[in-house]
Amino acid sequence: MIRHLIALIMGLVLGAMAASALLFYNPLAAQNPLSPLSVSDQEIISLGYSAVAEDAIVFTNDGESRVRPYPVGVQQLWEAPIRRTNVLVTVLSDSRNNPAGIGIKYMSDSEQTRIINGEALVDSAWHIVLPARGSLFVSESENYWNFLRQIVVPAYWNSGDSWKGTWHGNTTAGPGSLGTARVTGGYGKFAGLESVAVESISARAYSVAAGPVAMEGRLTIEIAARGESQAAELMVE
Amino acid sequence: MFKTLIFGFLLGIVGTIAAVYYLPVVDQHRESSIIAVATNGGNTESFYMKIPMDRIMVGASSQAEPLPQGMEWPAGEVFTGLRAELFKVRNSDETVIGVASRVASESKDFGDTIEWVVHLPARGSFYVSMPPESVDGVHRVGTLQAGTREFGPMHGRVSERWVANTDDDDEDAPDGRIELVTSFVGEFADVLPEETS
Repeated sequence: MIRHLIALIMGLVLGAMAASALLFYNPLAAQNPLSPLSVSDQEIISLGYSAVAEDAIVFTNDGESRVRPYPVGVQQLWEAPIRRTNVLVTVLSDSRNNPAGIGIKYMSDSEQTRIINGEALVDSAWHIVLPARGSLFVSESENYWNFLRQIVVPAYWNSGDSWKGTWHGNTTAGPGSLGTARVTGGYGKFAGLESVAVESISARAYSVAAGPVAMEGRLTIEIAARGESQAAELMVE
Repeated sequence: MFKTLIFGFLLGIVGTIAAVYYLPVVDQHRESSIIAVATNGGNTESFYMKIPMDRIMVGASSQAEPLPQGMEWPAGEVFTGLRAELFKVRNSDETVIGVASRVASESKDFGDTIEWVVHLPARGSFYVSMPPESVDGVHRVGTLQAGTREFGPMHGRVSERWVANTDDDDEDAPDGRIELVTSFVGEFADVLPEETS
């Protein structure tokens, strides 16, 4: 009887491990597809930022996460309804790497997350103000599954508790059917704009203790055709 | 015994996949929405930010004391006319339910504008743009530009006003609060729900 019980427990453990490995290495899970905007014939605006908390103007979260709030004395989001939310305030640079404005990014863990589908989703919203051009609101659902699988987990497996390499991936997974974010113009040259965007991440170093060490994010925003002259006006000056 | 091992193995696979499928990985904490029905349709809801305790950040070129301490607001001509603030947002019961940004922009080319993005993790976000002039000396009124999830199909207006604290007896009382009142209405649909079924 005891031998059967031990065999059952061993089987359960092995089965759980096999299922976990299947989910982790699932080849059908979300891959890193080509950005739909890479084949767009519309004008594109590209905005870059550092995704390292200490490079931000302000970064805050619940204060207990791996990535520590910055600067040290900033208020933390410890209340239950906002505990699973990160806020990043950062300088956005244009494609020539000149400061173009500021971006405020809200990131909340999504209840739509489905590990079985390879989806570690985050509901994100950007409030972007580019004083020379106007303002934008970008809403998106981001999938960090590939980032977790290819950077965070290998960092834990590494004896130095870190990951180094070159990784590039699109995080935007919706709400657009092609995996694009929704863009709404505010004031200035963007007033009345309805368009799409894709956010991507380029990572070079990650630490288990501190989170991203060398990582850049980039927002690629399509300027939908509203007349050639208007599209040209919206481009980086 | 080998059959028992195989049975356990299969049960382990099925159990793990069932657990991953059915157990929620993320369960955002929800506070009840305190919404009132507006007289002429739609609904209204009030949000508050106590000042100074709910203010997370104030960034502006003219700001003498940065908030939070140690923050470095970017220098440069690009940022001259900007004032960005970050708040925790409370509902009518004074419970924190989200975060919000308020950006005031001064521009010779586009005029002055105030914008809000309110982010409520369990419900969605909404984006409001309003002129800096008040309509009655007290309220600024703006238009809902965009929303996500619960606020996605909405249209409407949002008013902003400063309510100073009048309770001089309480030393710990806030200086006052910013009040945002939304007045939203859902998109009109030609087809009644019964007709679609």
